[in-house]
Amino acid sequence: MKVNKTIKLYIGGKLTRTESGRSFAILDKNSKHYAHVCHGSRKDFRNAVDLSISAAVNWSSQTAFLRSQILYRMAEMMESKKSEFCNVLTETTNLTKEKAEIEVKEAINHLVYYSGFCDKYQQILGAVNPVSGPFHNFTTAESVGVVTLVTDNTTKFSKLIEDISVIILSGNSVVTLIMPKLAAILAPLSEVLATSDLPSGVVNLISCYYEELSSFVSTHREVRSVSFQRSSIEEYAKFKSEGMDNMKRVVGNFDDKKDSLFKISQFLEYKTVWHPIGI
Amino acid sequence: MALKKKTTKKKTTKVKTKSKSKTVSKKTTSSSKNSKSNKEFKLSKDFTYDPAPESTSVVKIKKRNELFINGKFVKPISGKYFKTYNPATGSVLCELAEANDKDIDYAAKSARRAYENVWSKCSGQDRAKYLFRIARILQERAREFAVLETIDGGKPIKESRDIDIPLAAAHFFYYAGWADKLDYAFPGNKVKPVGVCGQIIPWNFPLLMAAWKLAPALAAGNTVVLKPAETTSLTALLLAEVLQEAELPDGVVNIVTGAGKTGVAIVSHKEFDKLAFTGSTDVGKIIAKNAPLKKLTLELGGKSANIIYEDAAIDQAIEGVINGIYFNQGHVCCAGSRVLVEESIQKEFLKKLQKRMSTLRVGNPLDKNTDIGAINSKEQLETIKRLVKTGQKEGGAFFSPEIDLPTKGYFHKPCYFEGVSSSSTVARVEIFGPVATIMSFRTPDEAIAKANDTPYGLAAGIWSEKGSKVHKTAGQLKAGVIWANTYNKFDPCSPFGGYFESGFGREGGRHGLFPYVELS
Repeated sequence: MKVNKTIKLYIGGKLTRTESGRSFAILDKNSKHYAHVCHGSRKDFRNAVDLSISAAVNWSSQTAFLRSQILYRMAEMMESKKSEFCNVLTETTNLTKEKAEIEVKEAINHLVYYSGFCDKYQQILGAVNPVSGPFHNFTTAESVGVVTLVTDNTTKFSKLIEDISVIILSGNSVVTLIMPKLAAILAPLSEVLATSDLPSGVVNLISCYYEELSSFVSTHREVRSVSFQRSSIEEYAKFKSEGMDNMKRVVGNFDDKKDSLFKISQFLEYKTVWHPIGI
Repeated sequence: MALKKKTTKKKTTKVKTKSKSKTVSKKTTSSSKNSKSNKEFKLSKDFTYDPAPESTSVVKIKKRNELFINGKFVKPISGKYFKTYNPATGSVLCELAEANDKDIDYAAKSARRAYENVWSKCSGQDRAKYLFRIARILQERAREFAVLETIDGGKPIKESRDIDIPLAAAHFFYYAGWADKLDYAFPGNKVKPVGVCGQIIPWNFPLLMAAWKLAPALAAGNTVVLKPAETTSLTALLLAEVLQEAELPDGVVNIVTGAGKTGVAIVSHKEFDKLAFTGSTDVGKIIAKNAPLKKLTLELGGKSANIIYEDAAIDQAIEGVINGIYFNQGHVCCAGSRVLVEESIQKEFLKKLQKRMSTLRVGNPLDKNTDIGAINSKEQLETIKRLVKTGQKEGGAFFSPEIDLPTKGYFHKPCYFEGVSSSSTVARVEIFGPVATIMSFRTPDEAIAKANDTPYGLAAGIWSEKGSKVHKTAGQLKAGVIWANTYNKFDPCSPFGGYFESGFGREGGRHGLFPYVELS
């Protein structure tokens, strides 16, 4: 007899149930009951934001080399759990076994690719500026802090992993809102995150309904940056407009140029430092 | 240019120090040289400066000014005009056309035509040549621009002459060079212009802000409708003449005057592919809320911290604080309005600051010796006075030196509040005037926490002689521009712009091109 795994949220480095005690059922591709998944609440989101604020401070102060190694470690861990990812995707989404394998392979490739970017984007995006005067003047690209990643029911697994990688590689932490269709992936994904030496709170996963949380997320004052990866442009406009009370940086697949460096730059701020040169 | 300014300042301080009592030179250990020279040169205490007014003969102001659309000066469709004043005297300078929806529509369509028929077909090198031409003409007519800027906006002539106008020319010169090198700016990408841009600029650095907005937009191949602030439109209109002299194709730049209503007409017009706005955070938020899907650059307010560590070169730090908050009457979005002083040196710091403040010359902006000119408008003067009153009501020690103000025009003494909490109004709200708040701290962590305790994130200053401490602090401050052992320095190749509620995007440098291109 099979022992089923309970699917929990992943918040602050812990596999935890929603504080609300709610759940929603997900079905497999034959419309049979697959599992009960946590129905994440506002409070879960708020807790995750609180924990990821301090996580971002710690994560961004680590060396780029270390971040690079940890992202690579995530690829290693995902590789070793490849069959589990494939099974979940085959059972709970409409992917065939072959397509699911391609998805997981792509996700692993994203982790490997972006791991290599951790200590390089600074040199491409930063600058030493030749100002007309005796000053050392340089521009660095800094992580912004906490980013909320909003997905929808059409979000592909490989895209989810790419979006997470793009955000965290520079030292940001991410609170990821995962919609019911992909929610079963929380189980193996949390285990990858928990065993890759990734500091707790850097990646948080919450399965929830967008409609329930959207206005709360868009108006949350501690949320300053959002990766909006849903396909409705009306939703995007509404969310962005609501988020302007604290001038949220809301970026999405509508302004996505498919260029990886551009994507990384969406979660960075440029800081320019001046210092006189003299004796 | 920055160096030049520094030297003049140093000179004046020395003169002043010599003219004052000996106690100061005794207190600072490093000034033994000064005390010697004190004995050599005995200047009387009533040492004063003679008036040194800049001649205004170089400037001609038309009584009535039109809109600049499609390469020509045209009357506003409504036939309406409004008055603009000289803030140093309060008298009317001239009349400006008020652009309404229809004028904006005409300007936007002219810009679209120019974009499609001319500017997008113009080679990068030719765009560069036009921008180089504009830069050169600005340099040639620099005196005229400087005097006009000072008459219209009230800023001291030494600032418009040494900073605003040369920097504006330098911006055109810098971005000219990018026009035919855009592929190098975005590795791995091809770029194309965004299209037609609507740009709205503030009154604190009128010509300079026009240059900041126009130069990168034109270099990247965009066409523009630009609205200067209603109180400071004259140099923008003079720039329109320069554009004609430079033979910039008709419609590539259109300059429309007017107040808030004209701004709303630009923001809500469908023709613009991109909006750029520099001004208050409140207005910036309204624009962003109403145009969520438009490409936006917003350079908004600030409440920047200027941190003075106990190991700072104190006299330089005092100059830095003065320059940080009293430069351009404090009408600076990145003004160092929250001064954070390490507790161990606070007493000495305040004493020196008060002494230095008492030597600031407030008065006729056209006088070459003036440090603080006129407040830009009556409304702004009232805002500053109101906030100062609120500060006095809320408590905290208020200091303002005993100096005379002109009897006419809009002037405000330099001043500060000390011992106020981070939550007090004057420590939170952007005052945009010569008003500082001074707070103390005990550890670097406390300084950083206090500096970051604001919804803004535009700029910050750090004063310390210890390199590693400077870098550590600079790394932890959440602001787009950090001035370490200096303040309020600007350069066309240095990106400028803020975090959080100070806006989106950068202006200046390679990064200043990002908002004006589409990657493909």
